[in-house]
Amino acid sequence: MDLESIVKALNLKVRSGEDKLKAEIRGGYTGDLLSDVMANSKEGDVWITRQVHQNIVAVASLKEHAGIILVHGNEPAKDTLEKAVKGGVPIMVSDLPGFEVIGRLYALMSKTG
Amino acid sequence: MGGNFDNAGEVSSNIKTVLKQIGLPKDVIRKAALVAYESEINIVSYARKGMIRLRVVPESIMIEAIDEGQGIPDIEQAMQPGFSTANQKIREMGFGAGMGLCNIKSFSDVFHISSEVGKGTHLRMIIRASSAVLNS
Ligand SMILES: Nc1ncnc2c1ncn2[C@@H]1O[C@H](COP(=O)(O)OP(=O)(O)OP(=O)(O)O)[C@@H](O)[C@H]1O
Ligand SMILES: [Mg+2]
Repeated sequence: MDLESIVKALNLKVRSGEDKLKAEIRGGYTGDLLSDVMANSKEGDVWITRQVHQNIVAVASLKEHAGIILVHGNEPAKDTLEKAVKGGVPIMVSDLPGFEVIGRLYALMSKTG
Repeated sequence: MGGNFDNAGEVSSNIKTVLKQIGLPKDVIRKAALVAYESEINIVSYARKGMIRLRVVPESIMIEAIDEGQGIPDIEQAMQPGFSTANQKIREMGFGAGMGLCNIKSFSDVFHISSEVGKGTHLRMIIRASSAVLNS
C-alpha cells in the first residue's frame, strides 16, 4: 500500500512531499515522544503524531519514514513545513482525532497488506 | 549549539550521510543515527556547547559526544528510563521522556559516560560493524 491510497481513503490534506506519495508503506508507528519514536519506529513506517515542531522532520528523515500524519487538525509549524519541503518528507494532515485515524489506517492496512 | 533546537538533528543527518557513503550496513547506520541524534538533542537541551565526534575504522564506529555545561549530578539516576529534568519548553517539542540515554546505551555495543557537575559530560559509544559487514 502506498501513501497515495491512504491520502484518498482518509481524505488527508497533503502539506509537503507530494512527489513521494508513491512510496510503499511498510507499517505504522504512533507516538508523541521523540525518543520513543527514534527507538521503536521502523524504516518505511507512516508516523502518526500530534507534534508539529520541526524536530519531527529530523526524526522522520533519520528513520526514513514513508511520511508523517498529523492528527486532530494539527498543522505543521512554519519552519517544520519549510524543512519538510526541502527534505522531501511527506506531511499529511487529518482533522480526525488520533484514535480514529489509527483505527481506520490499521483496518485499511491489514486488509490490503 | 546549546539551546538552539532549529538545527537539531543536522549533525546526525550528516553522520548518516557519511556512513551511507562509506557503504556500511543499514542496521549499523540505523544504530549510529539514533545514538548521534539522542546525544545531539541532549547537548542542545542541557549543555552550553558541545560537539559530536565520529570515528570509523573497519571494525567499528565510535561516536563521542562532548559538552561543556551543567553536567550530570547522578549518572545512575539519569540513566534510569523515565528520569528527566527537561523543562516545559523541551517537553513541548516531544523530548523529555527520559529515554534518550537508555536508548543510546541499548543501541551501542560499548557505552561509556562520565560527567562533572558544572563542567560537562562526555559520552563514548562504539557500534561494531565488522560482523554485520561479513554477513551482508
Ligand atoms: N549532556 C547532558 N548534560 C547535562 N545533563 C544531561 C545531559 N544528558 C542528559 N542529562 C540529564 O539526564 C536526564 C536524562 O537524559 P535522557 O536523554 O535519558 O532523557 P531526556 O533527555 O530527559 O528525555 P528524552 O531523551 O527521552 O527526550 C536529562 O533529563 C538530564 O537531566
Ligand atoms: Mg535526551
